[in-house]
Amino acid sequence: MNFDQWLLVFILLSSFVTGLVIFFLKEEAHRLRTLANLFGALLKVILVGVMIAGVQANHVYESRLELLPGLDLVLHADAMSVLFATLSSVLWLVTTLYAVGYLEDEPHRSRFFGFFSICVSATTGVALAGNLITFLIFYEILTLSTYPLVVHRGTEKSLQAGRTYLIYTLSGGALLLLATVWLHTLAGPLEFSLGGTLAQVATQHRAELIAIFALLIAGLGVKAALFPLHGWLPQAMVAPAPVSALLHAVAVVKAGAFGIVRVVYDLYGVRTAEDLGVLAPLAGVAAFTIIYGSVRALFQDDLKRRLAFSTVSQVSYIALGTALFGYLSTIGGLTHLVHQGIMKITLFFCAGIFAHTLGVHKVSEMAGLGLRMPWSMTAFTIAALGMIGVPPFAGFISKWYIGLGAVSSGSYWAVAVLAASSALNAAYFLPILHAAWFRKRQDPWPADHAHGAGEGHWMLLAPPLATAALVVAAGVLANAPFSPLEWVRFIAEMEYGK
Amino acid sequence: MTLWDTAPWLIWSIVLPLSAGILTFLFRRAAPWIGIITTLGSAVSVAALAGQVTHAGPLRYSVGGWGVPLGVDLRADGLSVLMLGMSAVIAVAVSVYASRYFSDSDATDKHTAQAHQRAYFWPLWMFLLAGLNGLFLAADIFHLYVTLELLGFAAVSLAALAGKRAAVAAAMRYLLVSLSGSLFFLFGVAILYAAYATVDLTALAGKVQPGPLAWSALALMAAGLLIKGAVFPLHFWLPPAHANAPTPVSALLSALVVKASFYILLRLWFELFSTVVTPAAASFLGLLGAGAILWGSAQALNQTRLKLLVAYSTVAQLGYLMLVFPLAQHVGSALTAWSACIYFVLAHACAKTAMFLAVGNIAHAAGHDRIAELDGITQALPLSVAAFALAGISLIGLPPSGGFIAKWMLLQAAISSGEWGWATLILAGSLLAAAYVMRVLWHAFTQVAVARPLHRVPRTMEWSALALSLLAVLLGLMAARPVELLRSGAPVSIHAPGQT
Repeated sequence: MNFDQWLLVFILLSSFVTGLVIFFLKEEAHRLRTLANLFGALLKVILVGVMIAGVQANHVYESRLELLPGLDLVLHADAMSVLFATLSSVLWLVTTLYAVGYLEDEPHRSRFFGFFSICVSATTGVALAGNLITFLIFYEILTLSTYPLVVHRGTEKSLQAGRTYLIYTLSGGALLLLATVWLHTLAGPLEFSLGGTLAQVATQHRAELIAIFALLIAGLGVKAALFPLHGWLPQAMVAPAPVSALLHAVAVVKAGAFGIVRVVYDLYGVRTAEDLGVLAPLAGVAAFTIIYGSVRALFQDDLKRRLAFSTVSQVSYIALGTALFGYLSTIGGLTHLVHQGIMKITLFFCAGIFAHTLGVHKVSEMAGLGLRMPWSMTAFTIAALGMIGVPPFAGFISKWYIGLGAVSSGSYWAVAVLAASSALNAAYFLPILHAAWFRKRQDPWPADHAHGAGEGHWMLLAPPLATAALVVAAGVLANAPFSPLEWVRFIAEMEYGK
Repeated sequence: MTLWDTAPWLIWSIVLPLSAGILTFLFRRAAPWIGIITTLGSAVSVAALAGQVTHAGPLRYSVGGWGVPLGVDLRADGLSVLMLGMSAVIAVAVSVYASRYFSDSDATDKHTAQAHQRAYFWPLWMFLLAGLNGLFLAADIFHLYVTLELLGFAAVSLAALAGKRAAVAAAMRYLLVSLSGSLFFLFGVAILYAAYATVDLTALAGKVQPGPLAWSALALMAAGLLIKGAVFPLHFWLPPAHANAPTPVSALLSALVVKASFYILLRLWFELFSTVVTPAAASFLGLLGAGAILWGSAQALNQTRLKLLVAYSTVAQLGYLMLVFPLAQHVGSALTAWSACIYFVLAHACAKTAMFLAVGNIAHAAGHDRIAELDGITQALPLSVAAFALAGISLIGLPPSGGFIAKWMLLQAAISSGEWGWATLILAGSLLAAAYVMRVLWHAFTQVAVARPLHRVPRTMEWSALALSLLAVLLGLMAARPVELLRSGAPVSIHAPGQT
């Protein structure tokens, strides 16, 4: 047996099997379930570590299964998949810890953690997919495995949100399927490789490829919450906080954004896409979504809804960086894939702590929170400043590169969009920070479960502190080897052949 | 060459259930065991036959050595083998399920005569299996007629087994439909025999010429098969008959029996009448399919009872099968369309059996099957709800299920031949299926404060549903070999019908 062939399969199975085992655990088996959860998560991080080391040492990791004659299920580790797989496996580990603490005494935990694990397997599958059909398969499994998480509370409101979620994502999936089959009939196996594989086909089937690109982006844009396909995201906020964290930072939204990245860089190839003239409309939609999301966020009093609209805006940075043709903006967009993840997951972790420990759900209830919960609020502050783009935090790095890319490709309008969006980000985050740190608390907390002191369980507090530390590290140590920026630079160099 | 390689395995898949039909009638107490062992034995013979066809190509076997034109000939190609494999797998699962369903004193409605049901289910089911396997192996149209008739009688009797007023009324309607369908078919057979003096499929295919005679034979036979196959708008009899039967019977009727008519239609269309059929006729059948998909799904969305919802889903899913006729018109995509619809049959059989068995469990536990009152059912029957959900994934056509691979090939055939209308229909049908499946799963996640008292469901019944639904999903990952096998003896790789 060749280990290199099986490593990627093991990475998928590490969380999938965990999920299946958890389904069959009794509700009361709290320790056993936590043990299985953490074991699966740690094993996955270790296996991903082995994969990174192997890719560095020029190992080729690939697994194939023939689905039909001429149609393969392919798992393949390249620089891009390593980036996303690392992000999702590391953040899954911290989210698992957080979720165990968060759902301490809620019903249906076995169901929850079972689907939670399967959801992460699907995300890893999305990351490791070596061709478009494999990507599509895991993308749809992701839709199905997140539905039970979104409706976990079982209330009328969460079922409604689940219904909206499915209508959006399944319709998007249908478009994606149509585009995939169509492209398959024109161009064959559709394997992902840096620089793209469609340059040849583009000369004969120009119009078709443009139409297919539009369908692909429409299908992927649902999950990436591109305007006007973002409607499900704010509604899905009714899910428990760990789910929101997962949806926004690691799994669903990221899978959509990652899909756009794959299509542009590894399927069409950025040069072919530029040549077809499909990047400019994508950049336009992304820019509009950035502004639109920020403006909507400004008017939300519900903290999680404000964060949700912030996600709508921030994820489009990835699409914008991808769509602005150029080496530097590519670096910015791809780095933001990672940076947005660690920042947004920190914010959702903190929002969850506020709600869980003190019953604070609204921005207007946050006065004095910094004195009451200094650790959580510090983590929140770091992530919020990063989102605005304040140096030296992670968000600054990615925005800087997108801006540089916009200037170097002559798209000055994009710089204006970035500036406006940063101003809006500041407008909806700074009042929160101001109220939390500098305003005095008048009323009692809505529901103080910690009885006047403490910040809740350590399992809740440790994850945001860890991810906040990552936000700082990704910014300060941006030029260190193995930082997201360095890794992305390596990808961009290959794409542009520098 | 060992005996294993050369043995006439195809005959065993008929002889075993036929003798079991008599044995289960004679030894009623042992009937469930005889049934399970027979289906296992028949599965082994099908597996061996599959090996033979894979290695040596299509087979032909003369029973008793008489040969054409005196004796009965059996033949097996890729299509027959896959159909036999499908019926073998479903047969094992349903037999295991039925062994508990009909024996558990708690499992059947108290008001019906349980002993009566138990006594007649097994012989009828064994005869049905024999008829079905015989039909898949028939080499001539008269033999096709005989097995179709045997199948029809066994199916109608099984549908009436519940003995309730609604079930008997539905079964009577089913009987009339079944008889008239067979009669139409028999007329067609008679015309062909009178004109060409043979009933052998291969011999006839060489002789049939386009003309009024062949057209009327085709029209009569196709009409009979469309009625028996419940193709829209001739589906009216199916939902009550399938929904009122005992659970294992509903599963068999929906998964296997309706497929038999479709199988014969395929044989006629692509082999016997391949020089006679016209593109217009193919488009007509495709339009019937479109009507079935839209109407069946809309009806499924409107049902208040779970079993009826699943029955209407069958009406809708049968519509997809009709798309093979227009899509196989194009030479380039004919083989893809052919493989697609046959894989669709397999995926649907597994998924629909699993779904009916799961629904049977739910109805049994709750004591009713009203969709609106199913809140909290997951807590009591997590495995059955999971089976329903997994089967639903395949029916919708989401990856990585068998239904997904089938729809992938259908879409591929449609797009590569530029048929955008059919492609849109396929996707729209998927979204509609998602809507009616989710209508049920909606109730899987609701919270109830106090769980209602529920009947106990035997573990075996839960697991047989779950096993089949898992198979329906896993079919998506093992399509390569079956699709390869389908090329063995496939009539479309050589030429497409309607084009010369």
